[in-house]
Amino acid sequence: MDRKTVLMFGWEFPPHISGGLGTACYGLTKSLMEENIRVLFVVPHAYGDEKFEMISASKILVGATEEEVIIPGTIHTAEQESVEIKVASTLVPYTNVESWHETKSITKWTYEYLTEDTTEKKIVGGKRYAFTGSYGPSLMEEVVSYAEVASVIAQQYSFDLIHAHDWLTYRAGIEAKKVSGKPLIIHVHATEYDRAGEKNINPEVFEIEREGMEEADLIIAVSHLTKDIVVSRYNIPEDKVRVVHNGITPDEIINTLDLPKIGDHIVTFLGRITYQKGPQYFIEAARIVLDYFPETHFIMAGSGDLLPAMMERVAQLKMSSRFHFTGFLKADQIHRVWSVSDLYVMPSVSEPFGITPLEAIQSGVPVIVSNQSGVAEVMEHAIKIDFWDIDAMASAMLNVLKYKKLSSLLQINSKRELESLTWTQASKKIKDLYHELTAIIQPN
Amino acid sequence: MNSQPSSSQTKYLNVYFQVHQPKRLKKFQFFDIGSNASYFDDALNENILKRIAQNCYLPANKMLLKLIKKHQQIRITFSISGVALDQLSAYAPEVLESFRALAATGAVEFLGETYYHSLSFMVDKTEFVTQVKQHQKKVSELFGVKPQIFRNTELIYSNGIGEVVHELGFKGMYLDGVESLLKGKTPNALYKHPAADLILFPRNYALSDDIAFRYSDTNWCEYPLTPNKYVSWLKGIPADQNFIGLGLDYETFGEHKKADCGIFEFMQNVLSNLANDKKFQFVTPSEAIKLLEPVDVVSTSKLISWADQERDLSAWLGGDLQADAFDTLTKLHSKILGTGNAKLIADYRYLQTSDHFYYMCTKKDNDGNVHQYFSPYGSPYEAFMNYMNVLGDLELKVKNEMEKQARSHWYQFVKRETPGVNTSIAAK
Repeated sequence: MDRKTVLMFGWEFPPHISGGLGTACYGLTKSLMEENIRVLFVVPHAYGDEKFEMISASKILVGATEEEVIIPGTIHTAEQESVEIKVASTLVPYTNVESWHETKSITKWTYEYLTEDTTEKKIVGGKRYAFTGSYGPSLMEEVVSYAEVASVIAQQYSFDLIHAHDWLTYRAGIEAKKVSGKPLIIHVHATEYDRAGEKNINPEVFEIEREGMEEADLIIAVSHLTKDIVVSRYNIPEDKVRVVHNGITPDEIINTLDLPKIGDHIVTFLGRITYQKGPQYFIEAARIVLDYFPETHFIMAGSGDLLPAMMERVAQLKMSSRFHFTGFLKADQIHRVWSVSDLYVMPSVSEPFGITPLEAIQSGVPVIVSNQSGVAEVMEHAIKIDFWDIDAMASAMLNVLKYKKLSSLLQINSKRELESLTWTQASKKIKDLYHELTAIIQPN
Repeated sequence: MNSQPSSSQTKYLNVYFQVHQPKRLKKFQFFDIGSNASYFDDALNENILKRIAQNCYLPANKMLLKLIKKHQQIRITFSISGVALDQLSAYAPEVLESFRALAATGAVEFLGETYYHSLSFMVDKTEFVTQVKQHQKKVSELFGVKPQIFRNTELIYSNGIGEVVHELGFKGMYLDGVESLLKGKTPNALYKHPAADLILFPRNYALSDDIAFRYSDTNWCEYPLTPNKYVSWLKGIPADQNFIGLGLDYETFGEHKKADCGIFEFMQNVLSNLANDKKFQFVTPSEAIKLLEPVDVVSTSKLISWADQERDLSAWLGGDLQADAFDTLTKLHSKILGTGNAKLIADYRYLQTSDHFYYMCTKKDNDGNVHQYFSPYGSPYEAFMNYMNVLGDLELKVKNEMEKQARSHWYQFVKRETPGVNTSIAAK
């Protein structure tokens, strides 16, 4: 098979990430490269310390025109006698200027001479967007500008197809497709239904998602759960959507500083403290657990708009002495949390995939996940509950804490399961999709 | 004092300043639990204390000393928390010297309070008594006089607290002149406890807050407040109301209100004007007890204070976060005291300081802004998280200490009962 080049649009990339999207993009890109795919990865703002070379949209000049400019010759005075003088560019380097100069050697002594006029191609006008690549108040503006930049990038590079990750980049993908005529894959890591919930759908975001799904030649969903949402909520034909489950990057061995064992049992919630992640159900279940095992401690790691309300709720239930709110954690801190956790619970209300349980398993922590998560589809050896079923959640927590045998079986078996949940597996599937798609669109 | 006849025309004026600075906590993350890190941000506390010493304590004490020397009739009352005294001796001993100079004039009285500026009366009576006695001892050592009159943290008062304070030998106690207590009676008089032999000193909060809060408020209809205007208000108090209690944070001068707004000159002029006015007589609370009779009994079984609109305990314990944090702290009480470990007990008591709970207040209105002004945290939630991490660490330390002691007791036991047996394991 010939080597394919994919123009990929993302929003964040390690180490500058705020969620799982960047981590997934990294794992996928790395494995695709190992599968001999050339990846041109575009982010709104590259910091230069990413693990791969990125195309930074902030550096791309848009709306510029190319003109020929004549630079008149100047009078030079030679101060040395009879030397070979190379007439070189006297121009100050200018990053926007691609210029070439006719260089002439003068072998004969001249006291004064006039350099020849030079012609250069100069790019005039244009602007660069100072993308933040964050999720701040100017997000929507950045999404639009990103698309504008994408069409410039699509003209400057050559590639076989386009792959855009999540709604932030769908417009960019569409623009790139328009100017290049190459097929577009959009990769749905989450939908507005997952992020905002049924009642708080942002119509603007929904529209961007719908448009992306319609314009795409193929849609990759991270789980069947997500595929169902794409098909039913966005009215997309089922055969246009393929499921490729995320993988997990084998863990680098990190020696973490020990944390003291603060309680008999430690149960952890780790994720954004938002509606989507279901922290409130975790707290209500914890209340029940404490009735049976009063020396259980709960770590609620992460930050988000519901954090204050969750702290208030825990205080109302008089559990503050058993709850530890850590705020947002860095990678090494997450490892330290895993090192003391007896159990990880992911009670997500709507989780397209959910990589964290896999990371917990990798660190030897057994997990309970909600049925409303994509990751539940690929984990045989996790305890699964419905996010709203607090009694079942509490009961599962108590069982894992009480029966060490159950806990160790979960650990051993689910760790074995991880072996097949790799990005290599995922990227092999995606590579096949690339070939399938380019074969259909460009049959030769 | 008795040389001056107390006619019915004379108004007795008590000016009381509260001096307090908490030991603010370090940024203490979840990951610091068990790390043996200390709890208090010494650098920050030193910085703040030195700044306030320069802006307030030193210039204000200097001004008062000068005034007292000039007008011998001026009397000033101070209450200085033990936490503030600790920090003054560590970071600004020259301030303590200046307080000693004021004490030497004989025109200044120091009140008793809980050493840790705590809510210890909510923990346990013995704990409260211990902290009050610790403060009395400290004040006696520093200023040579044992406090006779009491003021509880933030003027928190109830009949029950009053009884304990009386048992401790205090003759009088300060409280805020709030309507829920006075029920239409004037704040400008001395009262007595319904059962105990305890004189109660109400603070005239309106006249006090005119200086402490409204003085620099340009939207206030009385702005600008001149010394003459303020004195005229005092003069306007009806003749049969003969005691005026003014109580302010001492930090009002130069810290909450900066020197450039004229607060020092204002106070200096008010005090000089009143000193020169025959109708007014400055008193310390101990003098007031000798000169004046209480006019009536006031009684409250509910706790009152000088804080927020509510003038109750809601500034510290009204929210769920505050209540549960306080509950978590007090649940450790008997365990911590049981260890007998002086360091743990001291940390525990510094963690009782009311300010820690004040920072966790989630009230939204004007009061919320006042809380936020004092807070070193970005939000009450940060304050809560930080405090709870510290408590988590303290709880762990207590647990370890108890286990250590249990092992050591067992070792002693084994050694005594079975001499000659190798007890090296037990000693570990």
